Amino acid sequence: MRSSTSTLRYVVLSLLALAFVSPLLFMVSTSFKSRQESAQTPPTWFPQAPTLDAYRTILSATDTPVFRWFANSIIAATSNALLVVVTSSLAAYALARMDFKGKKVVFGLIVATLFVPPVILVIPNYEIVGRLFWLDTLLAVIVPTAANAFGVFFLRQFFISLPTELEESAYLDGANTWQVFSKIVVPLSRPALATLTLLAFLTNWNDFLWPVYVLFSPENQTLQAGLSTLQSANNVRYDLLMAGAVIASVPVLILYALSQRFVIEGVSRSGLKG
Amino acid sequence: MASRRAWTPWAFLAPYLALFTAFVIAPVLLGLWISLHDWDFTLPGKPFVGLGNYADLFDPSSVTFAPFWNAMRATGIFTVCAVPLLLVVPLAVALVMNQGFRGRNAFRTIFFAPYVLGVAVVGLLWRFLLDANIGVVNALLGAIGLSGDTAWLSSVPAAWVSLVGVTIWWTLGFNAVIFLAGLQDVPGELYEAARVDGAGAWGRFRHVTLPSLRPVTMFVTMVTIIASANMFGQSFIMTKGAPGQETRTAIYYIAETGLQNFQMGSAAAGSWILTLALMLLSVVVFAVFRERKGARA
Repeated sequence: MRSSTSTLRYVVLSLLALAFVSPLLFMVSTSFKSRQESAQTPPTWFPQAPTLDAYRTILSATDTPVFRWFANSIIAATSNALLVVVTSSLAAYALARMDFKGKKVVFGLIVATLFVPPVILVIPNYEIVGRLFWLDTLLAVIVPTAANAFGVFFLRQFFISLPTELEESAYLDGANTWQVFSKIVVPLSRPALATLTLLAFLTNWNDFLWPVYVLFSPENQTLQAGLSTLQSANNVRYDLLMAGAVIASVPVLILYALSQRFVIEGVSRSGLKG
Repeated sequence: MASRRAWTPWAFLAPYLALFTAFVIAPVLLGLWISLHDWDFTLPGKPFVGLGNYADLFDPSSVTFAPFWNAMRATGIFTVCAVPLLLVVPLAVALVMNQGFRGRNAFRTIFFAPYVLGVAVVGLLWRFLLDANIGVVNALLGAIGLSGDTAWLSSVPAAWVSLVGVTIWWTLGFNAVIFLAGLQDVPGELYEAARVDGAGAWGRFRHVTLPSLRPVTMFVTMVTIIASANMFGQSFIMTKGAPGQETRTAIYYIAETGLQNFQMGSAAAGSWILTLALMLLSVVVFAVFRERKGARA
């Protein structure tokens, strides 16, 4: 009986895995088809006459700079993640370990914004970013979303859970607060800081609505926003759309395959802290 | 551990508070201010209209009434359909994955993979797969003798099935991983005790697994509700709101009204109504989870 339930489990999970993977394989397959074959009914599973035409066309079109979008997304998501980690770790340390007037109010305000849906910020932040002359620049997708309440909350919980002995003995040796934070707390907190960096990166990488509206020029777009313009530019050219999607996905999927253990652990750890 | 100088904590807080004030606190207040004006980003005059924008959204004879409430209804339909499935399916997957067997990590990796692709790739890919004429989904359905001409992206309710289904494909892994982490924290002794008391598999699930998962379930529920209520990319790329405006969600309407047509006052008022509705829903979710806890104790 034991072996039959385990067989059933493998069958169910394998079918589900197939349903998960086959769309991606079909995307890759289509990107190597000719224009005619990509629009053929019934669709072919494998390209009958594999060609690089779709890649050549999309990479030479100046209004769809896919590599540029990719670079913009990497720059934006990395800068945003670094800004999130630096600002929220400093703030979280003050809230975890220092006593000062107004601490409860500050922490209360930050936690309260965890429950404020992001939609409320869209219109006014567009106005603010416009006044700062940041529209159509990467600053618009890097800075405003860096005020990450979750980051402060998550790191504060982590800092509180650290034993205080090391910090106390450093103070006895004459270290100041900044030295204690940078030389002792930060190295001890590497797993939590890495988790937050990763989550901030993924969130920024996946952000869609905001970059669609604040970035206008083709060369300034992020990958998510740029890809969606591809669709209206080449309405029926699915070979081109799939080639663009492959260029956007393959680097991320390789990165994910190499670090998947860490990615998944980071996500699950953050879930439990909430 | 008291800091030496009174300003030290503020020095640590300053960079975060600068961002927080400029891009969270100020916008919340500015949004309220904008919602009270006839505000157009591109025009100089912004006359005060009091609660006029709100009144219009609640006045069936105004031009904004129908599109706004259609969009709110679309958000409601999507949230009501997606949230239960995004709780039950990932939990089922997590329960299976929680048993020790070979290849578990490989399945975990596969189920999480679509999430890292981002909504643009996911949307474009499924728009292609679900294309009524040349899409592989209809070809497969036709091949097994079912109707192969469903307009998955341009008719309701099929478009809702597509949007919800794609969202599950995209985010199932994310919720499943959080459930899995929760399951691994359930003490094994509880299951043994239940077994000694003669509980079957279903009994152990109901009396041990579900109660132990309550905090995790509440977290996943809240996160999923907020994400579903903010659904935009799938609808923007896959259906463009089609067939008419049926699948145009509230945030889609707000962004279009405010950031494309620059009727920012009306859009800001709409976003406050959506926010208040979501906050009300959060209170209900908290109450539901708390009440169950009380009943158990």
